[in-house]
Amino acid sequence: MSSDSEKPSAAKPVVKPVAKKPEEKPVELPAFEKGLCDKITEKFTDKVEVAFVKEDRVRINVSSENVHDVAEFIRDEMNFDHVESVSGVDFPQDKEIEVVYHIGSYSDSSLARQIIVLATRAPREEDPIPGKDATRLPTLRDIFYSVEFHEREIFEMFGVFFEGHPDNRRLLLPEDWADLPPLRKDFDTRGR
Amino acid sequence: MNEIMPGLALQKVDERIMTLNVGPQHPGSGHMRIIVQIDGDYIVACDPDPGYVHRGEEKMAEYRNYILNIPHLERPVIHDSCNVLYPYVLGAEEILGIEVPERAKYVRVIASELNRCIYTMYWLAIYGIFLGHSTMFMWPAGDRELLIDLMEKMTGARVTHAHFIPGGVRNDLPPNFEDVCLRQVNYFEKRIKEYAAIFYDNPILISRTKDTGVLSRQDAIRLGTTGSVLRASGVDYDLRIKEPYDVYDELDIHTNVMKEGDAYARSRIPWLDMMESCNIIRQALQKMPKSGSVRTKLKPNPKTKGPATVYKRVESGRGSLGCYIVSDGKVEPYRLKLSVPSFRNLIALPYLLKGEKLGNMPSVYWSLNYWPVEADR
Repeated sequence: MSSDSEKPSAAKPVVKPVAKKPEEKPVELPAFEKGLCDKITEKFTDKVEVAFVKEDRVRINVSSENVHDVAEFIRDEMNFDHVESVSGVDFPQDKEIEVVYHIGSYSDSSLARQIIVLATRAPREEDPIPGKDATRLPTLRDIFYSVEFHEREIFEMFGVFFEGHPDNRRLLLPEDWADLPPLRKDFDTRGR
Repeated sequence: MNEIMPGLALQKVDERIMTLNVGPQHPGSGHMRIIVQIDGDYIVACDPDPGYVHRGEEKMAEYRNYILNIPHLERPVIHDSCNVLYPYVLGAEEILGIEVPERAKYVRVIASELNRCIYTMYWLAIYGIFLGHSTMFMWPAGDRELLIDLMEKMTGARVTHAHFIPGGVRNDLPPNFEDVCLRQVNYFEKRIKEYAAIFYDNPILISRTKDTGVLSRQDAIRLGTTGSVLRASGVDYDLRIKEPYDVYDELDIHTNVMKEGDAYARSRIPWLDMMESCNIIRQALQKMPKSGSVRTKLKPNPKTKGPATVYKRVESGRGSLGCYIVSDGKVEPYRLKLSVPSFRNLIALPYLLKGEKLGNMPSVYWSLNYWPVEADR
């Protein structure tokens, strides 16, 4: 190809072909999951924040004052009956520790695929004294019996004290552990 | 009196009650301690104390990228290493946005079912020996080799395979694997059917496990148990059917459910599940594409596009195994949590042992399909 033949095309006003934006179609939420989510938002309106509605998973963020009521509603009105997993996630930059409950259902076969992810946050202290500082949450043990060992694990690993839990002893860590709760981000494994 | 440290409690001493530590060195408990309080021959309270093999897998995962996490995350249950990795790999695929080739999905199903049988055989051997049935220790330990040889052909390692990776599996099947696998699995199935005569129909086993440690359907749900414990109590719940992953929805799977909820039902369900696994492997071998890629190439340090969370679960040899990954867009997971079936079933132990005779402890404890190392992570 010679350079002459290119010239006239270069003189033309360049029309970029990227005029098409990726069409922002409204994200289609899965209908059944949307229905589950609406049940909760109808009852608790602005007390809950819906983080996402995905296939088989609905995530609800609540404050620590409302977590007990929301969990009770999920059990009594929505037929969810057990907690599969309780995870702590440390966010030092927010000065908060998040506790995430994954709630499932055995007794209602239409809900067998569904998991409601209920997340709440507790304040985090720089120098934790587990059990004696402000890092506290209400326990869900009286609603879901299955959280008993999970919450004990969160207490030793993150220092989140669950108020009303009947047995706040250590589970996995040794009895004489006198360091930071080990799954916090400021517990660095290097050099220990 | 000095104030006690948080997380500890004082124990009351009772003249009548004797406290007995079973474990952590006692071979009857695995790597954990069960503190039982007995009144004569009857257990009045039981306090499981896991944590002797806690290795901090979840903490370690925060320091390694998505690929380096593979070999250490299978350590909690080396006999079931494919199934332990499975939810992690599925989760990593979702947040990294990787597609898996069709053939790899079938290879994964075959590997996962073989591993389920390998794990269950190991558990059955232990269950046998703790009931004093030493033939039941020898037979499963020997027959397990059949499948271990298959896994060795497939992955190159006998127990810790590290075979599943985000994007597929590490290696393609060796030549002629399908025929060898079919032959071995058929023989294996014929072999485990013989266990009925020596173990499951044995009047001594039946007398030791029937009506021992009964967990009702209601309690199994309330305690959030999973896997064989749940299905032995009459709840029809198997994630391979309820929430099929990979190609399980294309296979014809049958769940084994028993209503009794006693130690006998809990020990029988895994055995029935092994026959179902053989069935699944045969179907998968038939339906698998005969050629094609088995892995999608990954970049060396794969990153997620931004903050994301994912919770994936699979049906492992012991029950539902979940993996919760929180990513902040870096190469390592921000937080990784394994929700393991052994930990979830452990809560049933104090509940079941209360009021039992001390001699029934092994038959109840091992019937929970409990693996101490997995519970500790």
